[in-house]
Amino acid sequence: MELTCLSKGDGFHYPPCHMLNISGFRVLIDCPLDLLAITIFSPVPCDVGFEASAYPSEEDAQNPIQKKQKMERQMSFDDLVCVEPWYKTVKTLHLWEVSLIDIVLISNPMGLLGLPFLTQNPRFCAKIYMTEATAKIGQLMMEDLVSMHMEFRRLHGPEDSSFPCWTKNLDGEEVPSVLKNVVFNGDDLGSWMRLYSLDDIKSCMKKVQAVKFSEEVCYNGTLVIKALSSGLDIGACNWLINGPNGSLSYVSDSILVSHHAKSFDFHGLKGADVMIYSGFSCLQTASPTDSDYISTSSDENDESLAASLLDNEESLEELEKLAFVCSCAEESADAGGSTLITITRVGIVLQLLELMSNSLESSSLKVPIFVISSVAEELLAYANTIPEWLCEQRQEKLISGEPSFGHLQFIKDKKIHLFPAIHSPNLITSWQEPCILFAPHWSLRLGPSVQLLQRWREDPKSLLVLEDGISSGLGLLPFRPIAMKILQCSFRSGIRLQKLPSLLSLLKPKIVLVPDVVNQRINLSAIKTTSILNYSENKTLSLARIADNADVEIMAELATKLSWKKLRQRENFGIARLKGELVMENGKQRLVSGLDQEEDSGKTRPLRHWGSVAPETLLDALMKMSVTGSIEHSIGENGSEDKSIIHLTNPSSGMVETSEMCTTIITDDETVASKIFQAIDGILDGI
Amino acid sequence: MAIDCLVLGAGQEIGKSCVVVTINNKKIMFDCGMHMGCDDHNRYPDFSILSKSGDFDKTISCVIITHFHMDHVGALPYFTEVCGYNGPVYMSYPTKALSPLMLEDYRRIMVDRRGEEELFTSAHIASCMNKVIPLDLKQTIQVDEDLQIRAYYAGHVLGAVMVYAKVGDAAIVYTGDYNMTTDRHLGAAKIDRLQLDLLISESTYATTTRGSKYPREREFLQAVHKCVAGGGKALIPSFALGRAQELCMLLDDYWERMNIKVPIYFSSGLTIQANMYYKMLISWTSQNVKEKHVTHNPFDFKNVKDFDRSLIHAPGPCVLFATPGMLCAGFSLEVFKHWAPSPLNLVALPGYSVAGTVGHKLMSGKPTTVDLYNGTKVDVRCKIHQVAFSPHTDAKGIMDLTKFLSPKNVVLVHGEKPSMMSLKDRITSELDIPCFVPANGETVSVASTTFIKTNASDMFLKSCSTPNFRFSNSSTQLRVTDDRTSDGVLVIEKSKKAKIVHQDEVSEVLHEKDHVVSLAYCCPVKVNEESDESGLIKQMSVKISETVSCADIHESETCLQVGSFKGSLCLKEMCVHRRGMSSSSSEVKFLCCNWSVADLELGWKIINAMKQNL
Repeated sequence: MELTCLSKGDGFHYPPCHMLNISGFRVLIDCPLDLLAITIFSPVPCDVGFEASAYPSEEDAQNPIQKKQKMERQMSFDDLVCVEPWYKTVKTLHLWEVSLIDIVLISNPMGLLGLPFLTQNPRFCAKIYMTEATAKIGQLMMEDLVSMHMEFRRLHGPEDSSFPCWTKNLDGEEVPSVLKNVVFNGDDLGSWMRLYSLDDIKSCMKKVQAVKFSEEVCYNGTLVIKALSSGLDIGACNWLINGPNGSLSYVSDSILVSHHAKSFDFHGLKGADVMIYSGFSCLQTASPTDSDYISTSSDENDESLAASLLDNEESLEELEKLAFVCSCAEESADAGGSTLITITRVGIVLQLLELMSNSLESSSLKVPIFVISSVAEELLAYANTIPEWLCEQRQEKLISGEPSFGHLQFIKDKKIHLFPAIHSPNLITSWQEPCILFAPHWSLRLGPSVQLLQRWREDPKSLLVLEDGISSGLGLLPFRPIAMKILQCSFRSGIRLQKLPSLLSLLKPKIVLVPDVVNQRINLSAIKTTSILNYSENKTLSLARIADNADVEIMAELATKLSWKKLRQRENFGIARLKGELVMENGKQRLVSGLDQEEDSGKTRPLRHWGSVAPETLLDALMKMSVTGSIEHSIGENGSEDKSIIHLTNPSSGMVETSEMCTTIITDDETVASKIFQAIDGILDGI
Repeated sequence: MAIDCLVLGAGQEIGKSCVVVTINNKKIMFDCGMHMGCDDHNRYPDFSILSKSGDFDKTISCVIITHFHMDHVGALPYFTEVCGYNGPVYMSYPTKALSPLMLEDYRRIMVDRRGEEELFTSAHIASCMNKVIPLDLKQTIQVDEDLQIRAYYAGHVLGAVMVYAKVGDAAIVYTGDYNMTTDRHLGAAKIDRLQLDLLISESTYATTTRGSKYPREREFLQAVHKCVAGGGKALIPSFALGRAQELCMLLDDYWERMNIKVPIYFSSGLTIQANMYYKMLISWTSQNVKEKHVTHNPFDFKNVKDFDRSLIHAPGPCVLFATPGMLCAGFSLEVFKHWAPSPLNLVALPGYSVAGTVGHKLMSGKPTTVDLYNGTKVDVRCKIHQVAFSPHTDAKGIMDLTKFLSPKNVVLVHGEKPSMMSLKDRITSELDIPCFVPANGETVSVASTTFIKTNASDMFLKSCSTPNFRFSNSSTQLRVTDDRTSDGVLVIEKSKKAKIVHQDEVSEVLHEKDHVVSLAYCCPVKVNEESDESGLIKQMSVKISETVSCADIHESETCLQVGSFKGSLCLKEMCVHRRGMSSSSSEVKFLCCNWSVADLELGWKIINAMKQNL
């Protein structure tokens, strides 16, 4: 097995990407887009500009000389690249020959976003697996991305953004290094792509084989692949691959107890031969201190380990965060300000919508909720038809006949309004401020969030709810100065670092591959049952085969038909020459009855012999077949090899030369030769 | 190893489906239904056969319910709550959601309307359903270490599944009820090509073969239309779920197209509520319905209203869906009592009616009066229409599925004995698969597949991965065989795991020394004048290829090789391998040959070919 980590990704929206070589097949796990990188583009062209562009910090304007002297001057809106955005794929993925990829596994909707770039290559021929929910949600997200991008083109016209025209201007010295880092990351511009089209998405999705959780699919008869719920989002999964050389599990960022998606399924992952742990999100959590370090002594049983992993504390914390966002939104609505929520994580949006409308219902506030997205209607309808993919509490709702997510009734009662775009005809008539508004895109470069942010940015009563990591980078730059209150939310996107040891002790893989950056942060040496190997980005780690001998199963029916031999020397043994056909079925090598083969008499003759022939015994045996002769012993040169020769006289002349290792029949008489052979076969064991 | 299939219900009959299969000591109960036509203790399967002591937890590994019809799930609360089975119960998500509705509905009818003693309470149903573990399609569930189950789409009603169960190497499929064609709202049954020791199939329509269902759908619509156009009332007794939705979709669509304003009623809030479940479970419907649902949920019926008891005697036409089906009790029977005497009215009976119900009586002939259960007689003057399309597969579908899966054995259940017997004959004769039709209480035993686990050496596997074609010319045909496995040897040592090794490794495994047995002969050959050494070899090679077909001959300066046969020019005056002839003549040269016993015949053929030259 070989593992190459192509990218360790960056949080929820940019999952890691791996290339795996298992049983001779090349497997790509996830194909994400680095959407944070599009923050280098300006959300509106410079010339159209809005006030902010004429808003360079005053000091800089007064001291142009000073500005140039500063190496790291204050970044301004003008620095952003003012063209139609390009999209950044995994850096080293395009260096791999597309046609050599056999299988693509997509773990979650985010991991699907870059896939059309691969499938639009005519040489692409891999089999793609993902869960049904990932396929549906991922497709909607891609379609939304394309529609937002088209919207951008419609508003600002197709710029001449021929590659690498826009990168040229970025080579200059005065360009801020932040920008350069994003664009040129390792001098590699090959990862920047022009966005795919709706047709590309369609043809990509046609190649997908959608699976259910725990459904076993078999690739080429050799690999049995199974998706197991990871709890990260609806449809997100970890993978288990069973092959003839053992089992391998791929565990990515997982959420142990979820309030929307089906929770982490660890039963199926237990006891794999090799486990690849790629939960990079755990690095974003604080290093474990001694106090929250969970002891992982080996005597702890599975139940207590599972219990410690599945404690409610984290998920309650998560609910508190959601409730906090709601209360903040209500507060600003109370004060007459609107709330713009740019979070696009499906699970979070569904929960927020439900919480928000419930709490508005119970309060006296009459604030409308708007959801503006080209796919909102379909996504929200879809969310209520997939009980199989949701957490247990929501499955219970199905049993009692309630919809899985509470937004349905509110949409009917016109408390939640859905609009495909900001220019939808009915939007103006139902528009009302203050309001609570959900709008993509979280990068603040595409979609209705751009216009709405322009509208409200100077209103100190309004509230902006952001995804984690946006405000620290270039994200808010085009909108500065910003008077809105800003709430940046970091929702869980993986297992906490300190829970990793317990997880490993529970899953008990024989070998676990952990990113070196993770291993540096936490001491995993306490886990004795598992050997731990490190892997790092863009380096290939090879692993020798674990099992000594491959398993082959023989159909019992066939085994009884074999001609069994008892050995003269060893009674404990039974041996038989094989028949039938060796086939690979469901990752198992099996020997089954083949087509009826002609029973060739010659085939039954033993082809391999062992033991030794005593010349006297052989002569006796030959006598019984009325072949006579005499024995001559000769001692080989240096006395190394004893040789005996039987000279045959009757019925025809011939010779049998025999030594410890071999016997040679020398005659020109075919029948005599067969008789001699028969006699020898009677003395030696053979097969 | 054997698989035992014990039929507790639906053996040579329809009703109370319950089959207990024992595979390698694991007992699985498929379905746990009640008989709608029986009032006595016979309505439940005879569980006492399973365990005299009543400790079902130890005997049964799990219970799997295929769909929510009463004859498949009706006895479950009784089995879990009254008989005390506490083990796992599996059913699909829709079945888990909808079964309680069906059970509750049936319980109410039995207790409230017919005044029967309660067999199980609402609390029983609730606590029974709590034990149920929901299944998704194709999800592979490890019930315990050895038992694996998986559900496949069966199409019969929403959430109906076929179940695959595997213990060790033995595997079976229990179909439940299934439909091999798509209908208004459900897809056709879909299953992988599996290796099965036993297929247990329903056989409701074991001898019927149906053509297209569109003419029959039209027949039904026209019958209803004619009735309401004439001012009559149409009664469609059906169970709350399944047929009601399918027929309602048909009618709703037809009403829309024909612009009919006659109301369509559903007898209880139940079916309206059921439609809500259908909306949520849309992923279990047909592809066609799924694609439409983004814009319009097909279970939002436009012309459907709730029915009120006072409307029974209201004037004017209407269509009424009333529960339960088969007119076995309850509200549908009550309405029937009032509407049957009028010749304007229509009773449309969808699907199968179990023997003993009023529905069955109406279908089997044209009775003028019908005895209700409590002794009252009703004049039947209304029209009776039998809906001729059914969510069960027909005989062709059963044969197709059986042929597709090609199991080693077939057991038929859930059908009527005479037609089952004729289907059994077809399966035995046409497909050459042993087929059984056990009666209730009988057990069928069949052999099961087992595989012997072995370790194989790398050398063997490597030799198997390279082709080993052998060509042989038998009569006029060229035969190509490729028996790679015959290089392998299975070695079994007492109390150790079996090993497969390559034949070259056998002696090593046995701690013995190889002993090579070979043949040798220094063969005289005639030389053409002036022919040099390599010319001689060439000459021989041509000779050999003439007699020995398909031989792959390698030549070099002074020797030639065919398989293990090796002949090289012998220049010795007195070769020990020489027999009979001496090198007296200058025209005779010698080729010293040796070959292994594997090529015994080949060697002699070559020798004889070369000697001919002499």
